[in-house]
Amino acid sequence: MKLTEEQVVEAVGTISLKQLRVWVSRGWIVPAQGEDGPVFDEMDVARTRLLCQLRQDMNVNEDAVPVVLSLLDQIYGLRREMRAMMEAICEQPEHVQLRIRDVYLARTERKFGTE
Amino acid sequence: MNEDLYQVLGVSRDATQEEIRKAYRKRAKELHPDLHPGDKDAERQFQELSAAYAILGDPEKRARYDRGEIDATGAERPQYRFYRQYADADQAGRYTSTAGFGDFEDISDLFSELFGRRSAAGGRAGIRIRGQDRRYQLEIDFLDAVNGAQRRLTLPDGATLDVTIPAGVEDGTVLRLKGKGSPGFNGGPPGDALIEISVRPHPVFRRKGNDIEIDLPLTLYEAVLGAKVEVPTISGRVSLTVPKGSTTGKVLRLRGKGVKPARGSAGDQHVMIKVALPETIDPELEAFMKQWGEKHPYDPRKELRRASS
Repeated sequence: MKLTEEQVVEAVGTISLKQLRVWVSRGWIVPAQGEDGPVFDEMDVARTRLLCQLRQDMNVNEDAVPVVLSLLDQIYGLRREMRAMMEAICEQPEHVQLRIRDVYLARTERKFGTE
Repeated sequence: MNEDLYQVLGVSRDATQEEIRKAYRKRAKELHPDLHPGDKDAERQFQELSAAYAILGDPEKRARYDRGEIDATGAERPQYRFYRQYADADQAGRYTSTAGFGDFEDISDLFSELFGRRSAAGGRAGIRIRGQDRRYQLEIDFLDAVNGAQRRLTLPDGATLDVTIPAGVEDGTVLRLKGKGSPGFNGGPPGDALIEISVRPHPVFRRKGNDIEIDLPLTLYEAVLGAKVEVPTISGRVSLTVPKGSTTGKVLRLRGKGVKPARGSAGDQHVMIKVALPETIDPELEAFMKQWGEKHPYDPRKELRRASS
């Protein structure tokens, strides 16, 4: 899906063209660059919608948005690395997997004191 | 879906609009699924919450709900996909950062290096960081995609980027121009330019892998008697001999007249015959067909009859 600025405004429904441009200029949304201006995909639209909800529904103020976004981007980055790591572990022989699991359990129990 | 919208928001039935708004904001902050990636329950609860607020947050709809004119699902907003579904599926990690692993080298040099390599930005002093990739979108004509082309992208800052489109590029291909992205930090290498190609459809040619398909309309007499006709190909017009008795659906093959990719062998052009009657059926044709049909009946629908019996 390739959308222009106007189509994003239409799809999201709760943002003005001016606002969208401000967010893009701040780097909160990073559309691809086309010959006739920015081109957005579904992920950019979903991110714009999330930004609208943060600002309007949850009343997160302008200055806090980059903080929230930076934390979110880190969480998704860490999730991706963790998933890749787990997939790498799952491709190991079973005894290696069990060993990693045991060591992991032992470490986390010691650190957090869970039973 | 919970029946009682007031319960979903956790307010009493006589709550003021302001109280409802506050309750919604509080719950939304707790539940927004993009703030809880991987928590399936949060998504369902947030949707219930949004649906409840869509009704109770609007005094007019709330009054109708109170009067029982609309039910709890009365004004449910259309479903949309949450950001987290894209963020979790995005292998390229366009927005994500793994800078959070930067201080793991005390555990394992081997792994901390792996984690840190895709850090988007930021980072600590003295560390060389690769610049971000920049994404571009380029729409090109069908024939440019097939035959290759040179294009120049003008960037918002006035700079230009020359792009060589290799012959045979397909819709959705992403070209990577090494080192043409954002500059690096502290002497790190620059990122890449990623150019996503979309190909405009052609009114005549259709692409199936490296083969090209085209419809070729024939007159009734050309189809019956055979003919020599001119056919467009992606590399110019060629003369094609249509054999006697070429009916609709017959496919003629022009070897090597398909896409010639930079690597691999060229495809073919498939010419699909379509018999076209004249725009008006004159009395002569009508009389001839009547006479001919009576003498030479034939059954092109044998297959159909077998299928339905």
